[in-house]
Amino acid sequence: MDESIKVVVFRMGEQRYGVDIQNVLGIEKLQTITNVPQTSAFIKGVINLRGDITPLIDLKERLQLGKTEHAEETRILIVNMHDIQVGLIIDAATDVMDIDLSSVEPAPEVINGVNESFLRGVAKLEDNLLILLDLEHILNLDEVNEVSEIIED
Amino acid sequence: MDTNDYIEVFLDESNEHLQSMNDHLLELEKNPEDLEIVNEIFRSAHTLKGMAGTMAFDDIASLTHKMENVFDKIRNQALEVSEDVIDIIFEAIESLEEMVGAIGEGEDGNKDVSHLVSHLEQLENGTSASAPEPDKGDENEIADSTLEIDQYQMTVIKQAGEQGYTPFQITVTLSADCLLKAARVYMVFEVVEQLGEVIKSVPAVDDLEAENFEQQFSLILLSDESAEGIKAGIHKVSEIEHVDVSIFSIEKAEGEAESRKDTEAGNRSDNHDSAKPKNKGKSASSKTIRVSSERIDYLMNLFEELVLDRGRLDDLSNKLNNHELSETVEHISRVSQDMQDLILSMRMVPVEQVFNRFPRMVRGLAKDLDKKIDLEIVGAETELDRTVIDEIGDPLVHLIRNSVDHGIESPDERKRAGKPEGGKLILRAYHSGNHVFIEIEDDGGGINREKVAQKAINNGLLSIERAENLQDDDIYQLIFSSGFSTAEKVSDLSGRGVGLDAVRINIEALGGHITVESEPGQGSKFSIQLPLTLSILSSLLVNVQNETYGIPLSSVTETVLLEEKDVMYSHRQKVMDFRGKVVPLVSLQDVFDVPDNEITDEQEQPYESVVIVKKGERMTGLIVDSFIGKKEVVLKSLGNYLKDVFAISGATILGNGQVALIIDPNALIK
Repeated sequence: MDESIKVVVFRMGEQRYGVDIQNVLGIEKLQTITNVPQTSAFIKGVINLRGDITPLIDLKERLQLGKTEHAEETRILIVNMHDIQVGLIIDAATDVMDIDLSSVEPAPEVINGVNESFLRGVAKLEDNLLILLDLEHILNLDEVNEVSEIIED
Repeated sequence: MDTNDYIEVFLDESNEHLQSMNDHLLELEKNPEDLEIVNEIFRSAHTLKGMAGTMAFDDIASLTHKMENVFDKIRNQALEVSEDVIDIIFEAIESLEEMVGAIGEGEDGNKDVSHLVSHLEQLENGTSASAPEPDKGDENEIADSTLEIDQYQMTVIKQAGEQGYTPFQITVTLSADCLLKAARVYMVFEVVEQLGEVIKSVPAVDDLEAENFEQQFSLILLSDESAEGIKAGIHKVSEIEHVDVSIFSIEKAEGEAESRKDTEAGNRSDNHDSAKPKNKGKSASSKTIRVSSERIDYLMNLFEELVLDRGRLDDLSNKLNNHELSETVEHISRVSQDMQDLILSMRMVPVEQVFNRFPRMVRGLAKDLDKKIDLEIVGAETELDRTVIDEIGDPLVHLIRNSVDHGIESPDERKRAGKPEGGKLILRAYHSGNHVFIEIEDDGGGINREKVAQKAINNGLLSIERAENLQDDDIYQLIFSSGFSTAEKVSDLSGRGVGLDAVRINIEALGGHITVESEPGQGSKFSIQLPLTLSILSSLLVNVQNETYGIPLSSVTETVLLEEKDVMYSHRQKVMDFRGKVVPLVSLQDVFDVPDNEITDEQEQPYESVVIVKKGERMTGLIVDSFIGKKEVVLKSLGNYLKDVFAISGATILGNGQVALIIDPNALIK
């Protein structure tokens, strides 16, 4: 039997994306966000997740797909990668499914406007494509100038 | 229980034994004749060997085995305790620590120890070759002598005797090819516990379960069975070679206890300081249990959630105005307050945990530098929050190294200065108010004011005119300035200054302060002031537009309502006059880019709310929109993802469940 992975499937715009369920801690409804000053634009702030302070990333903005409009369906996908816990704001969480690794192909350079470095691959499903995201890359801040400079007077 | 749980226990206990070996070895160096100390070390090495063997850490086992042999020689007076011996043993302990540390990091803990093993073998074989096998002595001891019992057990036996129970001493020998010793022990206990009550076993039950024994173990059983009945019962368990059941004689035990007391008293007179804490530790250990710190953290987190719900309940009961409900809620509040205090106290650990590695370090440093240094530790029992303890180690190592290296002079120099050859280093910890102080005091040469001032002037930290006007103490503090000293320039400055700014930064990150006092020719004293706990913080909550921020109360000097006309400008910077001092003003709204509150911003306030914060001598006024009040908050980090956010040291969760950011005022003070 081919190896398969379980992924959590969610929607941003019309496109469906997936992340490995191993990295997903939970899905939460949107709640009050506290802004954290002087951080990258896609970092929306922090929330109180049952006593843990958890940073929130607007995944759409991170992938340079525009901004998420907060709606009834908007969810926060709590993910954990290398002991870093982060919430990703997404349009809607839809599914959990098994993906055959054999059906996953490496990502083309740009797919639906998402830079390939954020992608782990593309899974061919019966009716459409599922983009598997590379969380490690999405959470990596090294390339983003994160440390703000001290304000000069 | 999976192996990970075992690993944790193994790590904990190994570290404990290594520490005890360390301590005893240092004592042994002072009293090379004291065989009681040798025995203690032997026991630790033996236990460690057993544990490592069980866990299949072969390198640790083989190294401890060799150490054990060496100590056995010493114990049998076939080998003298020389400096060489101590040095090699220390080296071995260091390697063991490395290996145990590596296991803690998730590695396999293997290390090439062959040269140490051969060193130890040389020691072992260097003298007479007729030493007996190491383990034999131990076993015979158990079999022949009456078991040691303490006062409590003695009373239990006496009372049981009055009720017609007989104390039996049972010694069980397992057959040599027995594979699952712990299982057999368990079965034996099953049997005897049906016959009566086991009040003591040698080795202790924990050791038996961990298979830390050879073939034999003993126990004392209170039973109304006959000796034969017990014997027959135990023999039903397979793989038992021999069972010896005799009546345990209280008189004999008492007699032995007496004589033991005598010898102990004898030892104590030689060795007054060390004997006491040791005994204290033993009696206390029976009343403690080991809980992993993760669990306490988890408990703390759960508790914080409870506190949030308590806040909500409070709101609800106020709204509903039901007498019974509000009474219950009040009670919950009181109980949970007590719980909070208790949980916080559980997180407190004595600084001893950090301090106890220093004696060996100082010994090693002093040896390397050819100095004589006596380290005195005062107040090792002072308790601090575990999070602080974890962070304070490195800065202290730095400071102690600094004192040993630069503070205390060489013996020759000291003689010339008319001081005793041996330098003195005092490490002191104590509580005061809401803070813990740690001081490192030496009786060395002190700080050279001229050199420090000169250096500061060269590095552009100080102008020549100011240098002349500054007090000695102010000059000394300059050694903590960043950019004061760089590594390659250390030797230029015979005083101090090895990366002390790094120490200062570390300590300030913990919310502490460091200062130094010095008397030329008499020595210097570094003192570190630390908050009791990092997790609970007194803070001033303020509003900036719609957002709430917390400012640590420890850096707040005062809050001021400043009229618009009192805001002045100097070099295009807003400033104010605060008791004759010009204090720069910083608007938090501008710094943090807080969006305007659209609804209520219409009414222009005639004054500004200003929080004056200080860092050392410097002050800054933070302009906020309104003060909310003082509150004890639980400080939480923003996590690994949001590191180094400018001027934010963490966050907390308010009563309504919202997150408020905690400001780091130090970053805002210029």
